[in-house]
Amino acid sequence: MMPTAIPSAKEARTEAGQDSPAHVLIPSDAGEARRVQEEIEQALKASAYSEPDIFGIKLALEEAMVNAIKHGNQLDRSKNVRIAYQVRADVFEITIADEGSGFDPEDVPDPTAPENLERCCGRGLMLMRHYMCEVSYNRRGNTVRMLKKRKKSCGDDKVTR
Amino acid sequence: MTSQPRRRRLEVEDIGDVTVVNFTDRKILDEQNIQLIGEQLFSLVDEAGRKKVLLNFGNVEYLSSAALGKLITLNKKLQAAGGRLILCNIDPQIYEVFEITKLNKLFNIHKEEQAALQAF
Repeated sequence: MMPTAIPSAKEARTEAGQDSPAHVLIPSDAGEARRVQEEIEQALKASAYSEPDIFGIKLALEEAMVNAIKHGNQLDRSKNVRIAYQVRADVFEITIADEGSGFDPEDVPDPTAPENLERCCGRGLMLMRHYMCEVSYNRRGNTVRMLKKRKKSCGDDKVTR
Repeated sequence: MTSQPRRRRLEVEDIGDVTVVNFTDRKILDEQNIQLIGEQLFSLVDEAGRKKVLLNFGNVEYLSSAALGKLITLNKKLQAAGGRLILCNIDPQIYEVFEITKLNKLFNIHKEEQAALQAF
């Protein structure tokens, strides 16, 4: 019988992702965010999520991370981003919280309106809403929760706020 | 943050009077990369005075909204200079990003590079 190995911190954390949410705390740093994003991508692949599902989740995750680090924490490395995610067989769920003052998603102009088409902002949130089945913010607007059901369209379940 | 060398993010080739740009990155995501790509794209117009720019997305697998912002700025710069921007060879998944954001209406997009070259 094989001796039971003591899992490294990383293994323990990955394992937590299967049955209960994995919790990760990172400083406002693009490299750290990238590392977590790659970890999540590996977890999705390990659970055999489809390529289009992974594409959409990665894109939504990228936008949410940039929002948290750049807009929320203003690139201040002393401020953290708290991430909790879970890859289940049928659904992927993630919560990303920054230490910023938050924002009101209602205030973000529609980037597809002709007068806004050439403006810089609002597309990240729009892509998150398109690719995930649910995107919601807490009252303060500094924590986003996103949910993606696997391999089927979100259909009538889609909640955009 | 891992500091990356300031390497070229674009491969630039002149075909006739058209400047054809290929991206060296498969993923145009990182803020730093996007910043560099933006600077290198803008210098084609601001410094090199190029008027006809064709962006070939053949290598690109991922693109974030921050990268879209740079493309919009490049388009504005070219329009202001009396030039033209055309995009081509966009992966279907990435094209969907343009569709969702309705930027497929703002940009002139062709499937193949050859057709795009002839469209200038």
